[in-house]
Formats: sequence, structure tokens, C-alpha cells
Amino acid sequence: MAGAAPRFEKRRYVPPGVRAGRLALISVAIGFLALLLLAPLGAVLGQAFAEGWSVFLESFDNPDTLAAIKLTLLTAAIVVPVNTLFGIAAAWAIAKFEFKGKSLLITLIDLPFAISPVIAGLVFVMLFGAHGWWGQWLQDRDIQVIFAVPGIVLATLFVTFPYVARELIPLMQQQGSEEEEAAITLGAGAWTTFLRVTLPKIRWGLIYGVILCNARAMGEFGAVSVVSGHMRGLTTTLPLQVEILYNEYLFVAAFAVASVLALLAIVTLVIKTLVEWRADRRTG
Amino acid sequence: MAAAWFRQPSILPGFGLTLGFTTFFLSALVLLPLAALVFKTTSLTWSEFLDVVLDERALASYRLSFGAAFIAAAVNAFFGFIVAWSLVRYDFPGRRLVDALIDLPFALPTAVSGIALATVFSPTGWLGVRLQQLFGVQVAYTWLGVVVALILIGLPFVVRSVQPALVEAQRDLEEAAETLGAGPFTVFRRIILPAVLPALVTGFTMAFARGVGEYGSVVFISGNLPLKTEITPLLIVIKLEQFDYNGAAALGFMMLLVSFLMLFAINLVQSWSRRRHSGPVDSGRRVERRRRPRNQKAGA
Repeated sequence: MAGAAPRFEKRRYVPPGVRAGRLALISVAIGFLALLLLAPLGAVLGQAFAEGWSVFLESFDNPDTLAAIKLTLLTAAIVVPVNTLFGIAAAWAIAKFEFKGKSLLITLIDLPFAISPVIAGLVFVMLFGAHGWWGQWLQDRDIQVIFAVPGIVLATLFVTFPYVARELIPLMQQQGSEEEEAAITLGAGAWTTFLRVTLPKIRWGLIYGVILCNARAMGEFGAVSVVSGHMRGLTTTLPLQVEILYNEYLFVAAFAVASVLALLAIVTLVIKTLVEWRADRRTG
Repeated sequence: MAAAWFRQPSILPGFGLTLGFTTFFLSALVLLPLAALVFKTTSLTWSEFLDVVLDERALASYRLSFGAAFIAAAVNAFFGFIVAWSLVRYDFPGRRLVDALIDLPFALPTAVSGIALATVFSPTGWLGVRLQQLFGVQVAYTWLGVVVALILIGLPFVVRSVQPALVEAQRDLEEAAETLGAGPFTVFRRIILPAVLPALVTGFTMAFARGVGEYGSVVFISGNLPLKTEITPLLIVIKLEQFDYNGAAALGFMMLLVSFLMLFAINLVQSWSRRRHSGPVDSGRRVERRRRPRNQKAGA
């Protein structure tokens, strides 16, 4: 909290006209956000509990929904560790060393942010689909990638690719490498240096990157929708299950599943806020 | 062992391993699949390609996707600035909470915001009914619905881009202008706006780029009528569902091209803002505008 305080010069005399202007701007800001963010969030919860707790809970007593939960957890369990490993490696190479083509590398890592999720799914169809580059080869060996779990994992990997790297690169660049250099000079091994020197410094940024990556991995819709084939109980993740239920006018069930995903988003934001508080308290 | 021309020497270990893994993973997961899409598109003849991308339905979808994304980004530039301004300059109860809430569209799965918006704005929904009664406007299942969804998706880009620029802006310049008799609008136009303009343009472009490609939050509220409320990403999905891989590839290629142009535009804006904020331009004034180091407290 203390970090932000000096910006607000509360003791300054504020003329009534300026005060009214402030109030008006704050009201516009809060009104806009309430309409745009709180109304939909309220709608999700309102619809999910429209017919009470028991109906809400019954929504999850559906084999397809349970299968979707399992598939979503499986996908996240593969995608998040892989992209975390990638993020740490990319941040180490980029933040600790000076080499040619670094800015190009950073731009390329950001690429999945700029690309439509539908394109993220489409590229894997072009690679592994029946008419894709390797489609025939895979078909001859009876390997299913598109309209199967591997395709879902790949598309999710693509979409969540930059999250951890994006959190860690600026953080590690700002921290510099003097402490690591000291550790190496004093005889610590590479692994020890990373675990004992770097990891404690980047801990909070890493946690936030992982949480955000996880939220996107569990919530990705467009890319997964393109590669999944929407086979119920087999290739539907939670967001796809929301779509199926919604399109069948099973609104309570659709919003009940959606409320779980909304809860995940809220938890993500709470953790983000906690991480920022910690960071503020240490530097401020 | 990396050659000396390639990188500066360092005693830290792991360069080869981490850079090798990074480039391998990047190439395998991102660059190779993108190349497959480009390759597929180049296997079409020119006339096949143009037939797809200049088709009436495709042209209508570009108009909607780009038009709605532009309007949404403009609305976000306006309200996003007010939100960022209120969060940075004013203290009010719940400021922390509001600040945390800004990232909700990042964290909320797009399908969830899609069905939520469709419900709120549908003709029988909580807001839809009121808009219908008060203004006779229907939002859901029209192009306005697409705009609303894209406003939601783009908001954090503008706010998170403008906020740091406002924190860094020179308060004393504003105060000096006020002391010299400038009214609030002059201060805004001559002092504040120039300082945050690059950040605002960056945020606008990012929101626009994201809006053009957005799928999940739009398809539930847009109604998806061909030629009317069909966005380009949806058209790609439809072509895939009809096993029209060439058509999907051609449209996908167009969207990829747009993404690259957007990235390029964002980089241009950022290097423009870096030039404005550092650089030896009008060096006499630069020196006194040096800021105090970041972590030092005011008055220290």
C-alpha cells in the first residue's frame, strides 16, 4: 500500500469545482466498469443459482461435464509445466545474456498474443489434419492428432506459450545478473545458482505467470474449438461444454459450469493482487 | 561454444542450453505450424485465393470485424483513459478492488464472457430490456453486440497501457501550466495528452488487434447471420466445418497478415514513444525533465 501513497497529495487544497470534476470522472469510470464487467459476472452467478443450490449441484452430475473437467485438468497439467519450463529457459537466455537477434526472438515469443485463437487452431489443422502437411503420414500410422486430445494440448500450448516468459523477461532484466555472477565466481554450480539465487528473486513473478498461464489454458475456447471436433465426453473441455449446454438451452447447467470458470478467473485475479502487494511492499 | 561475434562473453552458465531449448520450442510449436498455414495458402492459385478472400461473404465479415474492432477500440480509448486517470490520480474507496477488476477480461474465459454478455444484452436480458425500452436499440444478435463484446475484451489493453504513462507523467508541468493561467482543457490538450498519447495509441492498437481476431466472446452475442453479423474468425470456422480447407487457409492467411501488420504498427508506435521520451531532442529542456530514480521516495 505504502508504495502508492506519495502520488496522492491529499493535503492539497482542492477547489469545489475541481472536486466535482473528480467525482464526475470517478463515477463515469466506475459506472462504465460496472456495466461492462460486473453485470456479466453477476449474470453468470445469477443464472447458475437461478433455481437454487441443488439444481446448481445437479448440473455437475453429468458424465459429459465430468469428462470435460477431467480433460481440462489433464490439458492444464501438461501445458502449464511445459510452458513454465520454456518461460524460465527463455527468460534466462534473454535476460542474462547479450546476443544478436534478441529483439527478434522477443517479438517471436510474443507472436501468439497477436494471433487470433482461431488461427492458432487452424495452423495445427493445416499441419496434422487429414489434408495437412503430415496428415497422410499420420493416417497411415493410425495416429489421431486433430479431433483428439493431442491436438487440444498443442493448440493450448500455442495460445498460452508467451505467458510465463512475458512475466519473467522484464523482471529478470530489471534485476540484473550481479548476484548470479557472484555466486558462480564463489564456486556455486549452475543449478545451485539458479535454485538458491535466481529462483527466490523471481518467485512472485513466476507464480503470477504460471497462474495466468493456467487460467488461459483452462479457459481457452477458440483454438481448442477448432481442433477438438466437439466429441462429447471425449474431446470437449470445460469451455466447449459450456457452449454445448448453452446451445441446447440448458442455461442453468451452462452457467453452473461457466461459474466454475469464472471462479477460476477471480482466484487468478486475487493471486495477482496479492503478488503485486508483496512486490510493492518490498520495493516501496 | 557460442562464437564471440554472436554474443558478449559472460561467466554465467546455461546460454547454449536455454537458448537452444527456446529456439527449438519456438520453432516447433509456433513457427512450423504458421509455416504450414502459409505453405497451404501458397499451394492455391491466385484466382482460387482471390475467389475466397474477395468473396461477398468474406468482404462483409472484414467490414464487421474491422469496423466493430475499431469502434470498440475507440470507445475503450475514451473510457479506458478515464478509468486509468481515476485509478492513478484519485484515491477513492475500493480503488484497489477496481484496479484488480480491470484484468477480469484477461482472466475470464471468452466463452464465459460470451454467454454472460448474450444473456445480459438479449432482448429479455437485464440490460437488453432497458436499452430496448429507453432507446429502442437492440444490442444482442446485431453488430452492436459484436462491438460490446470487443469493448469488454479490449478494455484491459488500454487501461494497462495508459496507467504507467500517467504515473510517469510530469505533475509539476501540469501545475506550472495551471499557475500560468491555463484552464483544465488546455492543460489536458497541451500537457497531459501529448505525454500519454503514445501509450494511448499502443493500447488502442492492441485492443484493435485483439478485437479483430476475437472469437469466443463474440459468437454467442452476434447472432452469426451471414453477410450481417458474421465475423471473419467465425467464417474460418464455418469453412473448416465444411471441410473447405483451402478457403479456411486463405482467410487464415489474410488474418495472419493483419496480425503481422498490427505487430509492426505497435512496434513503430513504441519506438516513436521511446524516441520522444529519451533521445537528444531539444536537449536543453530534457535535462531538467529527468525524473528521480524509480524506487526513491518523494522528498527523499
